[in-house]
Amino acid sequence: MIKVEGVSKRYPGHTAVDNISFEVEKGQVVGFLGPNGAGKTTTMRILTCFMPPSSGTASVAGFDVMDQSMEVKRRIGYLPETPPLYPEMEVAEYLTFVGNLKGMGGNNLRKRVDEVSEKCNVGDVRNKLVSKLSKGYKQRVGLAQAIIHNPEVLILDEPTSGLDPKQILETRDLIKGLAGDHTIILSTHILPEVEQICERVVIISRGKLVATDSMENLTNRMRGSEVIGLTVEGQPESGVVQEKLERVAGVSRVILKLTQDSSCAFEIESLQGRNIRADLARAVVEAGWNLIELRPVSMSLEEVFLQLTATEVSA
Amino acid sequence: MNNILTIWQKEVKSYFVSPIAYALLTIYAIVSGFFSYVAVGYFLDRSIGAQAGRGGPMDVNEWVIRPVMMNVGVISLFLIPMITMRLFAEEKRSGTIELLITSPIRDYEIVLGKWLGALTMYACILSLTLVNLSVLFIFGSPDWRPVATSFLGMLLQGGCLLSIGGFISNTTKNQILAGAATFGVSLLMWTFDWFTGFKSDAWAKVLAYLSLTSHFEPFSKGVIDSKDVIFYVSVIALGLFLTTRSLESLRWRA
Ligand SMILES: Nc1ncnc2c1ncn2[C@@H]1O[C@H](COP(=O)(O)OP(=O)(O)OP(=O)(O)O)[C@@H](O)[C@H]1O
Ligand SMILES: [Mg+2]
Repeated sequence: MIKVEGVSKRYPGHTAVDNISFEVEKGQVVGFLGPNGAGKTTTMRILTCFMPPSSGTASVAGFDVMDQSMEVKRRIGYLPETPPLYPEMEVAEYLTFVGNLKGMGGNNLRKRVDEVSEKCNVGDVRNKLVSKLSKGYKQRVGLAQAIIHNPEVLILDEPTSGLDPKQILETRDLIKGLAGDHTIILSTHILPEVEQICERVVIISRGKLVATDSMENLTNRMRGSEVIGLTVEGQPESGVVQEKLERVAGVSRVILKLTQDSSCAFEIESLQGRNIRADLARAVVEAGWNLIELRPVSMSLEEVFLQLTATEVSA
Repeated sequence: MNNILTIWQKEVKSYFVSPIAYALLTIYAIVSGFFSYVAVGYFLDRSIGAQAGRGGPMDVNEWVIRPVMMNVGVISLFLIPMITMRLFAEEKRSGTIELLITSPIRDYEIVLGKWLGALTMYACILSLTLVNLSVLFIFGSPDWRPVATSFLGMLLQGGCLLSIGGFISNTTKNQILAGAATFGVSLLMWTFDWFTGFKSDAWAKVLAYLSLTSHFEPFSKGVIDSKDVIFYVSVIALGLFLTTRSLESLRWRA
């Protein structure tokens, strides 16, 4: 549905986006991640035809963003980083104006304005001036204008920024509800959000693509060096256990997590590519302790993110 | 077409919900009222003199309406920058330009809609002069044709400055800067023909041709010369064309 091939965006003296390629399938929700200044907004602006790439091509629903921008624009709903609001308009009036811009009109539009007001929880401020709204409400109106024409593709630049916790949850539900019929790219700095609503992640750092994968693969891939959670019972001296575990071949680090009565929990990191689970179990049993728990710990997205973007910086 | 209408509507509304429109209308009403009053007063004074045997018969059109219309032109030099300064600069500052540009609507539709909006605002202001002048029609019977052609001339002339002002507003995010630059350019275009006073080489002639005032003269006398109409229309078209192009190139630089 969305195809980005070798896209770069250069500003005088510096490259904001550097040769990025990725694809998004129809109906997918993709999280777009990267530290501040990574080039997320720039990439989104290229996809929405706000600015052309310096080189490379991008297409939405099979239409090129440069040569067939009208077709692309018709199919995209876009929430920019700052919601594009006119302070002097009332909320319903504003949504009607945006509907008109998108080529809608008449009864159809009137119904749709009611619908999206409902969906984005701005029904109670329909007749308020946009300039009088709080930041969160402005963000909601911004989201409402992005979906007014029920576009195939939604591009949302930090859709939950400035919202209260309840509204964040509702917005996530809204986005999840839109998934399937709509293809969605959203950028965010809230990583749990990505874990909750995105099937795929695209991570960029300093303009370069560092990872694009499904959520599962991404966290798995990062488990090249395995982390194992281990709980032992029967030895009140945690230091003794730790010493024993550290001597198992292939272990790089043992971290004591918790001691409780006669049991203690550890997190154990293996050396790259070593499977140490069997050896760990044997060591514990041979020492005469009880092995209560032995499980792989998956890395959180947060750790994956930091690791990926950090290696990029040092590279 | 629909898109142009949408933009036009939004522009006109935004003028009239903001204090700008009312401030401009009030200032204009006071200043142009004053000018009309002076012109009429002067006319009355001189016409009494005329009855006393000095000079020939006097004509309201020549002595009141024409000077008033010329003065209106001067006032509009100040008004037009205030109308156009926010035209694009504001949308760029607030980020709403992102909405316009990413909507399925063409650049020239945005530009034309905005220009028409500004022109509508300007026409509203101008029509206050008609109210002033209507007094003359109640108490006398001046020729209405110069009034009509002057109005048309003012609209064309204003249209030129609005289209140039729109272009300038599109080159910056800063409203004040846009307003000041527009004022400077308008003033220059207004006074280009002053060169002919002491110079008569080719440059002076070119500049005089580019002067907005020299093309307005015939209108104020009730004459519509296609030469002048063509001049105004081409300046308007050029301004709108440049604005559209700079809107396109904005994205290359943005
Ligand atoms: N108009 C511009 N001129 C020059 N450089 C720019 C311009 N706009 C953005 N940049 C640069 O491009 C880079 C990418 O910016 P971009 O806004 O895409 O980052 P981002 O990933 O959206 O960051 P954030 O998380 O802070 O929103 C930054 O280094 C920024 O300074
Ligand atoms: Mg950004």
